[in-house]
Amino acid sequence: MTTLEFKNVTKKYRVRGSGELLALDKVSFTLTSGQTIALVGQSGSGKSTIAKILTQLERVSSGDVLLDGTPIPTWGRPLRRYRQTVRMVFQDPFASLNPAHTIRHHIERPLRLDKVVPPDQVEEEVFRLLTRVRLAPEQTIDRRPHELSGGQRQRVAIARALASRPKLLIADEPVSMLDVSIRLEVLNLLAELQSEANLGVLYITHDLATARHFSDEIMVLHHGKVVEHGKADEVILTPKHDYTLALRNASPDPEKHFAAPTTPGATS
Amino acid sequence: MTTDDLLTVSQFSVSYDVTPPVEAVRDVSITVRRGEILGLAGESGCGKTTLAYGIQRLLKPPAVITSGSAVFHDESGDDIDINTMDDAQMRAFRWEKASMVFQGAMNALNPIITIGAQLQDVFSTHRPAMARKDRKLESGRLLDLVGVGSERLRSYPHELSGGMRQRVMIAMALALKPQLMIMDEPTTALDVLVQREIIEQISDLRAEFGFSVIFITHDLPLLLEISDRIAVMREGRIVEIDTARNLYQNPQNDYTRRLLASFPSLTGERGGFVRRPGPSTLTTDAGGMS
Repeated sequence: MTTLEFKNVTKKYRVRGSGELLALDKVSFTLTSGQTIALVGQSGSGKSTIAKILTQLERVSSGDVLLDGTPIPTWGRPLRRYRQTVRMVFQDPFASLNPAHTIRHHIERPLRLDKVVPPDQVEEEVFRLLTRVRLAPEQTIDRRPHELSGGQRQRVAIARALASRPKLLIADEPVSMLDVSIRLEVLNLLAELQSEANLGVLYITHDLATARHFSDEIMVLHHGKVVEHGKADEVILTPKHDYTLALRNASPDPEKHFAAPTTPGATS
Repeated sequence: MTTDDLLTVSQFSVSYDVTPPVEAVRDVSITVRRGEILGLAGESGCGKTTLAYGIQRLLKPPAVITSGSAVFHDESGDDIDINTMDDAQMRAFRWEKASMVFQGAMNALNPIITIGAQLQDVFSTHRPAMARKDRKLESGRLLDLVGVGSERLRSYPHELSGGMRQRVMIAMALALKPQLMIMDEPTTALDVLVQREIIEQISDLRAEFGFSVIFITHDLPLLLEISDRIAVMREGRIVEIDTARNLYQNPQNDYTRRLLASFPSLTGERGGFVRRPGPSTLTTDAGGMS
């Protein structure tokens, strides 16, 4: 059981000319193994800052980030070991894989760097990981990213993220660049892998509908503040904060749209 | 044929002349009515962008229009066959009669020229007789119209947010009061609140000026809300076309049904999601701090 805690985390960026930008304002939450928290909010609300702090690409200005009760390391070997436990899946599977390298290389690298398995078992582990994300290893392993579809590439990115056997996964819009008909498939795959490895997942997204169905809890960020945090269904169905309501009303919802007796804009 | 039709595309086919040739658009026949928003839905590679480019004759080799025609029924009563125009006619037609908001429009602006100059460019090309002062005035008016504000005429694209740049592109497409506006994924990179604002603005402008819109996106829920009719494309063909309501409530084609099912419902059932609930770390006081 792993528990990650954000306690009153504040992050300020220095902005030339205009002083400071408060990117995160006393953000607190707890993420534990097997749990998914969705992080929703507009562009610039601070979602990515949270991801950057988790991966220690940015430091906090004040407050604590605790992994199982101890502050997360900020430098050196301990930081590298910490980063094995927190992995990311990025939005753009076309940009997050190196076009010059084979799929084998992408997945071998974390295995070798983090010494996850002895060198003679690396190949076997690559096969195992590819199978886990439902890619046929023989047909995939020696290919390069451009020979794969978007969905296949994102599976490779997921396999790579899982290679170091992390405890937490940060998925930053993992399906928004994929074709709509395979989005659900990839999210379902993530959910299965999560329950297999008992991963904690932070799901960063704009899409309230998937946030609701894919997560246990939803946290709504607005100008760096958590304005609402609750069970996924409650946040979407009975939003308490005006901003959550605004987000929900802005999301397309054909069910509601066509339930109304008259449809504005329908001219026929 | 009624005068209510603005554009008639018949048996339109486009191939990419590579080996083996790719038939990107196959035998598409579609009519755009005057003043309607026609949604064009489909996944990447289905040919929706190729079709839109084909209608504007913007395709570059190896793409070739192999058959069919696109006839534009001008408000003056003339029928214009897009395929038979020479370059000068085509140049006058584009933007004047039919404009386009391109995919990734946010990055379609020239980064080293002010948006005012880019807007005025439209007028100096298409309205050469217009005085410099009027060009500037008109450009400012357009920026006011889309809610960016004429005070931003001297801004460079990087000084504007993504949503504002998108509005500038829409202002530019509106400049000559075209009868048809083709919008290719105009809101895909924007967040939901900005997307909603822009969609509402497009609706308002359409009501004010009465132009038709071909709205291209893979986001079916969004299309269902804004379109009068929706055409679903797959592998270069239109597999279904109907009013938004019919398409949603009574889809005829299997692929349409599958596409509809790909979008989880915001307020309804879980649908195809397999995930079982995990543990919750919420304490009672953490829920809903408002």
